[in-house]
Amino acid sequence: MTFKQYMKRAWPLYVMIVPGLIFVLLFRYYPMYGVVIAFQDFSPAKGFTGSPWIGWENFEFLFSLPEFGRIFSNTLIISISKIVADQVGAIILALLLNEARLVLFRRTIQTLIYLPHFLSWIVLGGILLDILSAGGILNQAIGALGIKSQLWLGSNDWFRGTVISSGFWKNVGFSTIVYLAALTAINPVLHEAAAIDGAGRFRRIWHITLPGIRPTIVLLAALSLGDVLQAGFEQILTLYSPAVYRTGDIIDTYVYRVGLISAQYSLAGAVGLFKSFIGFGLIVLSYWLADRYAGYRIL
Amino acid sequence: MIRDRNWFSRLFDGFNYVFLTLFAVLCLLPLIHIFAVSLSGRAPATGGFVSFWPIDFTLENYEQVMGSRNFLRSLAISVARVLTGTSLNMILVILTAYPLSKTPRVFKGRTIFIWFFVFAMLFDGGLIPSFLVVRSLGLLNTLGALILPNAVPIFSVILMMNFFRDVPKELEESALIDGASHWRVLWHIYIPLSLPAIATLTLFSAVNHWNAWFDGLIYMTDTANYPMQTFLRTVIVTLDLTQVGINPQDLQRLSDRAIRGAQIIVATVPILIVYPFLQRYFISGIKLGAVKE
Repeated sequence: MTFKQYMKRAWPLYVMIVPGLIFVLLFRYYPMYGVVIAFQDFSPAKGFTGSPWIGWENFEFLFSLPEFGRIFSNTLIISISKIVADQVGAIILALLLNEARLVLFRRTIQTLIYLPHFLSWIVLGGILLDILSAGGILNQAIGALGIKSQLWLGSNDWFRGTVISSGFWKNVGFSTIVYLAALTAINPVLHEAAAIDGAGRFRRIWHITLPGIRPTIVLLAALSLGDVLQAGFEQILTLYSPAVYRTGDIIDTYVYRVGLISAQYSLAGAVGLFKSFIGFGLIVLSYWLADRYAGYRIL
Repeated sequence: MIRDRNWFSRLFDGFNYVFLTLFAVLCLLPLIHIFAVSLSGRAPATGGFVSFWPIDFTLENYEQVMGSRNFLRSLAISVARVLTGTSLNMILVILTAYPLSKTPRVFKGRTIFIWFFVFAMLFDGGLIPSFLVVRSLGLLNTLGALILPNAVPIFSVILMMNFFRDVPKELEESALIDGASHWRVLWHIYIPLSLPAIATLTLFSAVNHWNAWFDGLIYMTDTANYPMQTFLRTVIVTLDLTQVGINPQDLQRLSDRAIRGAQIIVATVPILIVYPFLQRYFISGIKLGAVKE
């Protein structure tokens, strides 16, 4: 087949892919080129190409800042706690839902617990700011039990806990879906055979149900590695305040404040590039592990 | 079906039903509380007397919110964003996924193209360079800033591509032999056979556009251009109720809290409306993304 013959049939395929290519070039690759600002003394007037190069200076300055260690450890602590809480919670909820025999009941519960996932952090944040305020309903409720009211969002003792539990509220229900799908794929014959052999309900959960979802657990554990630098930017930007920067300021919120509020583009660009680089490595590693140990491929 | 009839098993069932019910109710209580506050009068709402049922029932908070010019303007921007943004997303997802779903024999260069997209998904230029690019393109304060940067949701392209790959090859081959072009094959075979996947991705795209607020915050320098969720942020999070533009005399009769609650509920309603459809589709959507081969 000559090139001309091939193109006679295949040209529409190339036309179809062009718009997507242009958008991705412009809005994904051009910003990738823009990471050069991390090595420049960038000024918007001179642009990516005209700003003077200063080598690693921004990074040297960044690593000398006391905030750097803080935002890095806050990011890791919050994101890892969230991943663990979310996955463990989802597995337990999925197992309990799977044991509930009434289909209508199960569906109703699922409908209710998936809902917060689809609401924005502005809506959920607005709700949280209200119910967690000094005179809010949560403090009223624990006050009625004789417990002292707390500044859930304004104190460094509570902020991370509030972020982790509100993240749990938004996402745990939705995270059960994957496990529930894996649970329905377990062959019921296995359960029947075990029951005939005299295995009780909890032995069957332990020896059949849990091993049945083990590949899914391994897969999600591997994939979650790609998320350890994502502590929840929109959530924290909505909930935090200067009083809790010590425990709640993460890489993303820092980049936003330094770069877009104070317009220190190069410094923020350096933090962002640092995160992008490690994030890229983590995602590649997570996909490799997912392929190696769970046979998962996105392509 | 196995029946476990011993007392311990029954006790567990009882505990299980109670626990799941409590958990689901706990997930919803915050929403119900805000809903009750939004329907309450000034004194009980401000004083914090409302729990899960309105006190001094009134619809005036909603009347004020829906009568606020600034709120309605942001609502209109959000609606425009959802309609144009979702359409653009879906056109590009389908057009991009179709060639990528072909084998490298049919679509030469597929391997290079696929890595072009996958790398763009995995490596992120970051917030600051992205912002500078959007600004240098002159998109600040335009609808374009909200819909163009994420016009190609690459993960959705990959899901769509995997779905297209499961369409039986025989249909396409016979159509091509009969002289149909790839345009016709896409339009008359692939799209009709992929409607569930398209519906799923459309709903997800629409929900994402409706919920997005951070891009509005950074790309709109004039608050008059804020989409609704960004507008709500100034009202709810920074507690700047003057933005709503309600007449100060009216505001005196009402509670700030209740007005904020009413706005939160108004922002939630569209999600509740599409939620039954979402739920029907998103499970298949998740499976679309799960284990391939």
